[in-house]
Amino acid sequence: MSQSQQPALWFGGINLFKYAAPQTFYPLAGQLIPWFGWAATTLGVAGLYVGFFIAPTDHQQGESYRIIFIHVPAAWMSMFIYLVMAFWSAVGLTFNTRLSHIMTSALAPTGALFTFLALWTGALWGKPTWGTWWAWDARMTSELILLFLYFGFIGLQSGIDDPRRADRAGAVLALVGVINIPIIYFSVKWWNTLHQGASVSLTKAPTMATTMLTGMLLMALAAWFYAIAVSLHRARTIILEREQSAEWIQQHTGGTS
Amino acid sequence: MNWGDSDGFWNMGGYALYVWGSYSLTLILIIVEILFLRARRRSVMRQSRTTSS
Repeated sequence: MSQSQQPALWFGGINLFKYAAPQTFYPLAGQLIPWFGWAATTLGVAGLYVGFFIAPTDHQQGESYRIIFIHVPAAWMSMFIYLVMAFWSAVGLTFNTRLSHIMTSALAPTGALFTFLALWTGALWGKPTWGTWWAWDARMTSELILLFLYFGFIGLQSGIDDPRRADRAGAVLALVGVINIPIIYFSVKWWNTLHQGASVSLTKAPTMATTMLTGMLLMALAAWFYAIAVSLHRARTIILEREQSAEWIQQHTGGTS
Repeated sequence: MNWGDSDGFWNMGGYALYVWGSYSLTLILIIVEILFLRARRRSVMRQSRTTSS
């Protein structure tokens, strides 16, 4: 039951849409997942080591600042994963490629996980630092809206039985909601927030100790590879769920057709 | 080295609740996500085997 007509997008003599066929993507992703998993583990262990044993105690915040090694990577991933979802939604709506929509669906739960962690660690960091778990300032409120966007996407998709319609409805929601990402990112500039400004800037010299920055970047890379590994795994499972009757899947799962 | 002994490490300069509260929930959610993924995959593999015509 493979798609009869795949569109072609030629790039350097390779039709990019060849990899858009679930049958091609499935084994390729299966080979890549262990590598991404090991990269995430290695970088995570290195990041934790640097974060706890090399990075010094902060002058103002003491040891509580060590939450940064989870909080900032989680917050970055919460926004980045949503941008990737919006990208695949746009590709899916434009070219009608099933795999693009599958990638969007596969990313959503992991995006929600990182958003929740950003909020949770933010509360646990806010209490000792500002004296409050939560404030309705622009940064925190827009991040909470992001969590609801992830939940809304997951709920909308699971509420529609026809996968094609669920894909399109989810893609529209993902694209409309993407306006929230620049609001989150620039909220600390546009409004007077309790939340501090950006920790890392490409245009200014880093304000934190190099070892702190190193630990944070290692943890961010670990989170990135983790997100790739689990979303590829989830994409493979969604392919199995959706195309169970396809002959290659029957052979793969040991079913007899 | 930041920590004199393991007690100092777990105490986190008095911020144990906040620091370990952050790290432990992160670890729990990662484990839960991986277990859910595996269960979902096993379920579809089983389903595919039994419903094949």
